[in-house]
Amino acid sequence: MNSAQIRKLFPILDQEVNGHPLVYLDSAASSQKPISVIEAVKQYYEHDNANVHRGVHTLGSRATDAYEGAREKVARFINAKRTEEIIFTRGTTTALNLVASSYARLNCQEGDEIVITPMEHHSNLIPWQQAAKATGATLKYIPLQPDGTILLSDVEQIITDRTKVVSMTYVSNVLGVVNPVKQVAEIAHRHGAVMVVDGAQSTPHMKVDVQDLDCDFYAFSGHKMCGPTGIGVLYGKKSLLNNMEPIEFGGEMIDEVGLYESTWKEIPYRFEGGTPIIAGAVGLGAAIDFLEEIGMDEIERHEHQLTAYAMERLSEIEGITIYGPQKRAGLVTFNLGDVHPHDVATVLDAQGIAIRAGHHCCQPLMRWLEASSTARASLYLYNTEEDVDRLVKGLIQTKEYFGYAIG
Amino acid sequence: MQLDDLYRRVIMDHYKNPRNRGTFDEGAVTINLNNPTCGDKISLQLQMDGDVVKAAKFSGEGCSISLSSASMMTEAVKGKTIEEALELADRFSGLMKGEAVEFEELEDIEALSGVNKFPARIKCATLAWNALRKGIEHDHQA
Repeated sequence: MNSAQIRKLFPILDQEVNGHPLVYLDSAASSQKPISVIEAVKQYYEHDNANVHRGVHTLGSRATDAYEGAREKVARFINAKRTEEIIFTRGTTTALNLVASSYARLNCQEGDEIVITPMEHHSNLIPWQQAAKATGATLKYIPLQPDGTILLSDVEQIITDRTKVVSMTYVSNVLGVVNPVKQVAEIAHRHGAVMVVDGAQSTPHMKVDVQDLDCDFYAFSGHKMCGPTGIGVLYGKKSLLNNMEPIEFGGEMIDEVGLYESTWKEIPYRFEGGTPIIAGAVGLGAAIDFLEEIGMDEIERHEHQLTAYAMERLSEIEGITIYGPQKRAGLVTFNLGDVHPHDVATVLDAQGIAIRAGHHCCQPLMRWLEASSTARASLYLYNTEEDVDRLVKGLIQTKEYFGYAIG
Repeated sequence: MQLDDLYRRVIMDHYKNPRNRGTFDEGAVTINLNNPTCGDKISLQLQMDGDVVKAAKFSGEGCSISLSSASMMTEAVKGKTIEEALELADRFSGLMKGEAVEFEELEDIEALSGVNKFPARIKCATLAWNALRKGIEHDHQA
């Protein structure tokens, strides 16, 4: 894979920021979009736009075909058994909230348990906090090892016959930890619990097979995988979705409406109340085409190599603290001496380098790390060794700039 | 974009040697405020004497901008009446909007005018001032 060539397919990367060529190292927050995705959305609006599933006219049919075609692509991309197991949502957050509000609230009661980890993004933590509060279930945490990983022996201990839901991120957006979700799903199933996987940070970067993982629910966002913002996916096993109630009511999702009672469409439509994010789905479909053309294995290999290079180069900087295990997905979270991450990010930005600074929507994990906030550089298919070199150089300059403040 | 517009020497001095950092043992109103976008926290304490701010101290974690701003604010507010302190906070809001305002009580504050060119950092600079506002408005009602 030639990332310098791939980079050229992303128009936004070809610009100067604050007088320097842009180095974009914040793809874990949101990835950039290739020209093919931008064109697909443009094409849709210029030629096919109409509402879906209702118009008899030609544009209505084209829009419906485009939308449902994207659903088929998603199903194939994550190897879902059936297309109707793919629900379009606004993003990972909405997808996880749907499981917590519909499945968990229906299936959990006092004395039951919901199991998560302290490394979860707020969007895979607060929905479960709220579900536990609403149902009287207990929220339990699988403890983290000093390097931020979890032990299957702990998972075996924490999950019991009272556990109804286990929810876990596949890849941590802070530590880069890749969790053994397949093994955890197996343990969860042995106790009769369902396994929910937050795939926001895994789906863009590696081959995902929901049947192989045997997870019951899998959530991810389009915008982190070269697609548009505002579109995401909830995969759920048909048998579970069929027994779940919608949480949003209105157009598109009904079978028959009476004055006092109504019935719902079949899955997935019953969970897609209102006019859906049609252009977003089209864009996501184009993003999947783009990623598949390069190959998910290729992307994973590239990021693996680049991450190893970044880890090596960054650890050479004196005074840097890198969080998380050595073996990790394509991101590096760190602090540079006593320089506050905000200041690090501002000084880097002045050199055209975009990184993330803050708590990364993981306040409990930040407390565990004993850091009020951290800086994070995240990599994707368009990043090169040159980007890493620019980051390293930028960090050394940041240190010099703040030298007298730290010293 | 000029970094030196943001990180002026006087700001770095307040960052490195913050004034009024610490806590009062007693007799103070405490206001805790978060900057939810980054996780920074400030705990501001005000010692009031009638409607006069006798002294102010702060503790917490933050970047150079938020800590230096807190340091300057706690200096400037000393001896001000509630009304004067609110006027001072208004003037600081003006500074953040790029207005040409002066701070005779503590010229150091004017060094923060550069923050205006770094929109993402305005929240850092205003955190302590928002805590001040919350504290005196609370005292006003009490």
